[in-house]
Amino acid sequence: MTDAVPMSKASAEAGTDSQVAVVVSRSSVGERVLSIVIPVFMVILAIAAWQAHIMINQVPRYIMPAPLDVVTALFTDWGTLSPSLLVTLRITLMALSLALVGGVGLAIILVQSRWIELALFPFAVILQVTPMIAIAPLLIIYMPDTQSALLTCAFVVAFFPILSNMVAGLKSVDHNLLNLFELYGASRWQTLIHLKLPSSLPYFAAGLRIGGGLSLIAAVVAEFAAGSAGKGSGLAFRLLESGYRLNYPRLYAALVLLMVTGVAIFALTSLISWAMLHRWHESALKREN
Amino acid sequence: MRHVSKLFSNGTLALKDMSLDVQRGEFLSLLGPSGCGKSTALRIIAGLGAPSTGQIDWPSSKINSKGLPEGDVGFVFQEPTLMPWQTVWGNVYLPLRLRGVSKRDADPAIMEVLASVGLADFTKSYPRELSGGMKMRVSIARALVTKPKLLLMDEPFAALDEITRQKLNDDVLRLWRETGITVIFVTHSVFESAFLSNRIVVMRARPGQVYADLPLITSGVRDENYRTSEEYRATTDTVSRALQEAIMRGAQAK
Repeated sequence: MTDAVPMSKASAEAGTDSQVAVVVSRSSVGERVLSIVIPVFMVILAIAAWQAHIMINQVPRYIMPAPLDVVTALFTDWGTLSPSLLVTLRITLMALSLALVGGVGLAIILVQSRWIELALFPFAVILQVTPMIAIAPLLIIYMPDTQSALLTCAFVVAFFPILSNMVAGLKSVDHNLLNLFELYGASRWQTLIHLKLPSSLPYFAAGLRIGGGLSLIAAVVAEFAAGSAGKGSGLAFRLLESGYRLNYPRLYAALVLLMVTGVAIFALTSLISWAMLHRWHESALKREN
Repeated sequence: MRHVSKLFSNGTLALKDMSLDVQRGEFLSLLGPSGCGKSTALRIIAGLGAPSTGQIDWPSSKINSKGLPEGDVGFVFQEPTLMPWQTVWGNVYLPLRLRGVSKRDADPAIMEVLASVGLADFTKSYPRELSGGMKMRVSIARALVTKPKLLLMDEPFAALDEITRQKLNDDVLRLWRETGITVIFVTHSVFESAFLSNRIVVMRARPGQVYADLPLITSGVRDENYRTSEEYRATTDTVSRALQEAIMRGAQAK
C-alpha cells in the first residue's frame, strides 16, 4: 500500500481569525493510480474468468457465448446494432432533456404557492407510482407512433426524481439567506435566480444522476413492453430478436452496448454535477481532517 | 433617526410598547437576557416582519416599498449567512447586484470594503475556505458595501471565540469611527456592549421592554488599555447590575 503522507492540516485548525485559507488536502499519486488500476484489473479478471469457464467446460455458444464471441459479434453485427443503439440513445437523451426541463420547470411553479402544489402534486405522484410497464401498451395505442410512445414512457420515469429533488431543493433554502434577500428588497425573480436555483444545485445533481440512469432503463423496458419492430427499433428489440434466433453472441453484444451506454450516461451526469458543485458543496469535497 | 413605539405579538408577546429613539451616529447596544425580544426588535427595524402595532419613523424621505429608507440599512446576522456557491467577492457583490449595479461598476466599492475588513487578499476564496471570524468579516463587508447609514448587528460574534471576538470588536469600532455610521448592536454580553457602545439599552423579558437606558461617555480611546481600565470596570459593573435587575423583573413577571 501507499506510504503515509503527511496531511496538510496546518491551517485547518487555525480557527481564530488567521490570515490563512484552509488548504485542500490532496491524495498521493500512488493512491490515485491504484484507484484506477484496481477496478480496471477486477473487470479484466472477471472477463478472463468468464472466458476460461467457457473454454474449460466447453459451454456451447447457444447457451452462453465467450467474451471473444461477443466482441466478434460486436464487430460483425455492428451494421444491425448501431442504428438500434442510436435509436435507444436518442430516446434516452431526449427523454432526459425533456424531464430536466419539465421537472425543473414544474418544480419552480409548484413552490410558488402551496395551492398550486396541492393542485398539481397528485398528478405527479400518480404518474410516478403507476408501473410504466403496465401503461406502455396503452401509450402505443394513444401515441401517433412507437417512437413517441417510448419517449413518453422514458420521460415519465425520469421526470419524477428530478421534480421531487428540485422541489426539495427549492424549499430548503437557508432561511437567513432568504431574510437577507428580503432585506435588500430582492424581487421574486432575483431570489429565484440568485438564491433558490443555485442553492438547489446539489438536489438538481442528485435528480440528474437518478433521472439519467432511469431514462435509459425506461427506454429499454418500454420497448420490451410496447414492442417495436423493423427499422426504427432500439436495442431492446435487438435483444428480443437475438434471443428468438438463439443468436446469443449478438444478444450479449447488445447488452454490452446498453451497459456501456448506461456507464457513459452515469459518467456524464457525474461529471456535470462535479462541475457544478466541486468549488463549494460538501458532497463534492474531501473531508479536511 | 427616531422610531416610536412598536408593539408586537406572535402568539406570545415578544415586545410590548417598546419605544426607542436612536441618534444619528450613535453606537447603541441592545442588551438583555435571551428571549427578551432584542432580536425581534432589530428585525422589525430592518423590516423583516412588520410590527403588530406601532411604527418606525425614519428621518429620510426616500422610503421604499418595504418601509425602509432606500439602501440605508445594512444587516449582520448571527451566522455569517454567506452563499457557499459564491466567492467572497460574489457574496459582497450581492446587495449591489440586486440593485442592478454591474460587476465592473461595483468592483471598486467591493475592493474598498474588503480592504477595510482586512480581506483584500481573499476575494476569490469560497466561504468554506475561511475561518469563522473571516466569514463574519465577509458578512460585515457585505452589510457595508452599500454604504448604509444604519448598521444592524444581531449578536454577530456570539459564536466566535474570545480572541477573534475582541479583534472583530476592535475592527467594528474602527469602522464605526471612520464611517460615522449609526450602529444598533444586539448582544447578551455585558463586556462586549460596554466596550463598544456609547449607549446601552437594557431590555427585560416577558414582555420585552426597555428596562434601562444608559449613556456611556468615555474620555479616552477604546483600545487594549481601555479593556483593563478602571473606567471600563465601573461601566461593566453598572451595566451588569442593570441587567441583573432586568432579569429579576422578567422572572417575577413570569
